[in-house]
Amino acid sequence: MSGFTVPEIAWGPMVPVMVVLLTAVVGVLVEAFVPAAHRRTVQLTLTLAALAGSLVAVAALWSDTERTGGTDVLGGSLVVDGPTLVLQATIALLALLSTLVVADRVTGGEDAFAPAAAAVPGSDYEELARSRGLRQTEVFPLLLFATGGMMVFPATTDLLTLFVALEVLSLPLYLLSGMARRRRLLSQEASMKYFLLGAFVSAIMLFGIGLLYGYSGSLRFSDIAAATATPNGMEGLLVVGALMLLAGLFFKVGAVPFHMWTPDVYQGAPTPVTGFMAACTKVAAFGALLRVVYGMLPGMAWDLDVVLWVVAILTMVVGTVAALVQTDVKRLLAYSSIAHAGFVLTGVIALNDAGLTAVLFYLLAYSAATVGAFGLVSLVREQGTGEDGSPTLLGEATRLPQWAGLGRSHPVVAVTFTLFLLSFAGIPLTAGFVGKFAVFSAAVDGGAWQLALVGVLASAAAAFFYVRIVVLMFFTSPHDTADEAPTSTTVTAVAVDGPAPDGEDGTVAATSGVAVATAAPERATTTVAAGEGLTVVAVAVCAALTVLLGVAPSPVLDAIASVAALLP
Amino acid sequence: MSLTHYLVLAAILFAIGATTVLLRRNAIIVFMGVELMLNSTNLLLVTFSRMHGNLSGQVLAFFVMVVAAAEVVVGLAIIVTIFRTRRSASVDDVNLLKS
Repeated sequence: MSGFTVPEIAWGPMVPVMVVLLTAVVGVLVEAFVPAAHRRTVQLTLTLAALAGSLVAVAALWSDTERTGGTDVLGGSLVVDGPTLVLQATIALLALLSTLVVADRVTGGEDAFAPAAAAVPGSDYEELARSRGLRQTEVFPLLLFATGGMMVFPATTDLLTLFVALEVLSLPLYLLSGMARRRRLLSQEASMKYFLLGAFVSAIMLFGIGLLYGYSGSLRFSDIAAATATPNGMEGLLVVGALMLLAGLFFKVGAVPFHMWTPDVYQGAPTPVTGFMAACTKVAAFGALLRVVYGMLPGMAWDLDVVLWVVAILTMVVGTVAALVQTDVKRLLAYSSIAHAGFVLTGVIALNDAGLTAVLFYLLAYSAATVGAFGLVSLVREQGTGEDGSPTLLGEATRLPQWAGLGRSHPVVAVTFTLFLLSFAGIPLTAGFVGKFAVFSAAVDGGAWQLALVGVLASAAAAFFYVRIVVLMFFTSPHDTADEAPTSTTVTAVAVDGPAPDGEDGTVAATSGVAVATAAPERATTTVAAGEGLTVVAVAVCAALTVLLGVAPSPVLDAIASVAALLP
Repeated sequence: MSLTHYLVLAAILFAIGATTVLLRRNAIIVFMGVELMLNSTNLLLVTFSRMHGNLSGQVLAFFVMVVAAAEVVVGLAIIVTIFRTRRSASVDDVNLLKS
């Protein structure tokens, strides 16, 4: 064995990631040492400061990177080049906005998270925790760990770091999705599904990494790319390994046929967390996918093209068609996010610089609208009558019929939501239009005009269900849809506010919880929670971004294009 | 015994793990299947490391062990929470989220 040589580490370019991860560690210590009364303030301040600091660090690195093309930190484990910075800035910005939504509380000081996530729903302990006003401030460090993992994920050109970053971003998300305050059975179910499927797919991806290592003898993307140029008789390992690795990435971006978890998890998870993972996970995973496809497997482009084409077309079609029949806002947005994954994939397939810029821009536009849309969904609530006859705020009104007439009762909310929907649909003057235009024109330039055609057709079909919500909000009165309501009440009202699983017989506990919980929302009306204003700020920023990027996209597009070159 | 045998063993273990995940209904058993898949990958990595004569594979194997441990913590926490709520760890019972 040769002696150990101390590696050269360029600390400067790692600052954006280090700030986030170190603050997450500090956040864990805060949980241990700061009194419960002050924890939320401290955690929130730390989290926002870390993410803002990370944004500043990215800005500070920008001009250097624009000049030099990027730095290879830790010999390829972390590469800080233009796309990395763009993606890290997107992730940090959207995580910052998501943090605001996550932290927001409605009247009575209730946030979106269970007072004690470990308590059995409906138990005395949970009731005690609720009445004492406990809250799970661990949410903030978990959010930061996930963000840190997401910021590493698209920045790595090394399979080891890729795998570790994948787990660092996934594990906190599994936990976060199981922590909803209301509808806890659904939330726990989402958490378990996400975890089991996520662990399964990451094991598959790891085996793929093992096979790629076996083929090339290295974990570096560049070495593997070099090895693909010289056949060595083990191409089977390469093809199978690459497919398994791509399966893991497709799972994370929610592409068909690895999309099964998306609607369930998006629906069950606490809405602020859904917004966070819908936006940031997708950005991170597409960043990693770009690097794998452009950096590691360009030599296999001919073989992989078939796979990517099939996945992209299926994703667009399945996402759009399934979204047409949804009756739940969160599920509908989940399927729409699947369709969007397909649109981004067309840009990835283009395999040229225009495609790279288009994908980066699309991710920014899509994730801004996503965080805003889910932020609004978290504010639209059911309102029931309390024991003393006063109106009380219940869970989120996610069934579509409940949104009827929102345009008249709460015009600002409805108009803002419409803006996000139009951006999803790709209507001109919104960021979504510019994103779609850029992606599809890149696909046409790259010779994939058939894909662009499918994309345009899918967008047209998708516009139907976005417009359906708009019509529902503005041109339908709540009474028109009242007769539809009871049919789905039993499903969506599960564990609205702490169901009481009787527990006399273990197997019926879950079902009885469903039955018990349906008492409240029969006469519930839909209202918009005021919150502390944090969500409003986040939604306003998202709306501003959506409009600005739609009306005047050229500064951002130029800035991205000026650095859009992947370092090998 | 040639190194190829180890690779075949790793592939068999991986297949057994994947089959377990897909066929068994108890969340704990499913999770054990995932762990088996991870460990089979470790065997694969160590064998390839030996074949190629470099240490990257062994280093990755160590990272996999750490990640697997972290995954156990998170996974068991989630499964135990579900079990305490429903008195069942069967993945078939977890079916409220169907449209």
